[in-house]
Amino acid sequence: MSGATNGEASPARVPEDHEGSPWFLPLVFVGGFLFGIGLAVSQMARPEVVLSFLQFADFGLIFVMGGAAAVVSGIFFVASASGRSAPLSGRRYTRRLKSMDKDVMLGGGIFGVGWGLSGICPGAAYASLGIGNVVILYGVAGMFVGAYLQGYIREARADSTATQPAD
Amino acid sequence: MTVTTALLTELLFPNGISHYLLGGILIGLGTAVIYLGTGIHAGASTFLETTLSYGSKLSRFQQPKFIASRDWRVVFTAGIIAGAAAYSIILGDFGWTTEVQPSRLFFGGILIGIGTRLGKGCTSGHGVCGVGSGSKTSIVNVALFMLVAIGVAQLVMAFGVTP
Repeated sequence: MSGATNGEASPARVPEDHEGSPWFLPLVFVGGFLFGIGLAVSQMARPEVVLSFLQFADFGLIFVMGGAAAVVSGIFFVASASGRSAPLSGRRYTRRLKSMDKDVMLGGGIFGVGWGLSGICPGAAYASLGIGNVVILYGVAGMFVGAYLQGYIREARADSTATQPAD
Repeated sequence: MTVTTALLTELLFPNGISHYLLGGILIGLGTAVIYLGTGIHAGASTFLETTLSYGSKLSRFQQPKFIASRDWRVVFTAGIIAGAAAYSIILGDFGWTTEVQPSRLFFGGILIGIGTRLGKGCTSGHGVCGVGSGSKTSIVNVALFMLVAIGVAQLVMAFGVTP
């Protein structure tokens, strides 16, 4: 892979995140692989296990999110305090801080209804497909439909209030 | 005293805690590997929108940041699927299927697709990366979706729907 591209190709071409290094995509795959093993080991890839947590039959899932957040917290803290940048992208190490607005509340509430109804969330659903649970494709299909719907509605709303700049 | 602790542990964690903790640590390590290499806080739900950019011309999905990240998000998801597959094949329980009704998965999925994108993240983006960053926005979002999910799952159970 070469970083330099012909300027004459397409004027609106967006440089992609992974173009900085040939190791970018393999590293993301390795990270995803570990992530997927974690979801399988913890049984979170099984909707029944998530539902048994939400229904107070087994509180073990606290240790899944808690364990993951604890590891990430340590790494994020040390790396972002170092002021250094990531080798494969040149991006500065930062913490994940998103702004609060009413969409965060509304979205969280809607996601909660879906999670409680089905026992699946996006990452766990992909892992569930990995353990051979083909029935989960109903859930993954639903997620794409939902993601499309909110994009469609947001775009329609943005068009009707075209004077307001979108985010 | 120890008997009480043992009983309480048995009541709260009937299947033990070690595999939960190990799984959580692996999820954290996977996130950390991507972060240390690329500086990116990888969440699982943005994949849903960026992947739509391959097929939809809606400008919402054609945002430069979606085009820029869509390829590696496909690779990230493929990695998740492959890791879970490898583990279950080695363990010999590949092919387990859920008893949760397809209609619940589908309608729940729609709400998850809407809610995670509107709310700027899911169990991994907010729950792992955001909480791990000490972000107030993420902590509020996670507390909210967890409380709502508990309420809904309890209602489902109260109506006698299993699992």
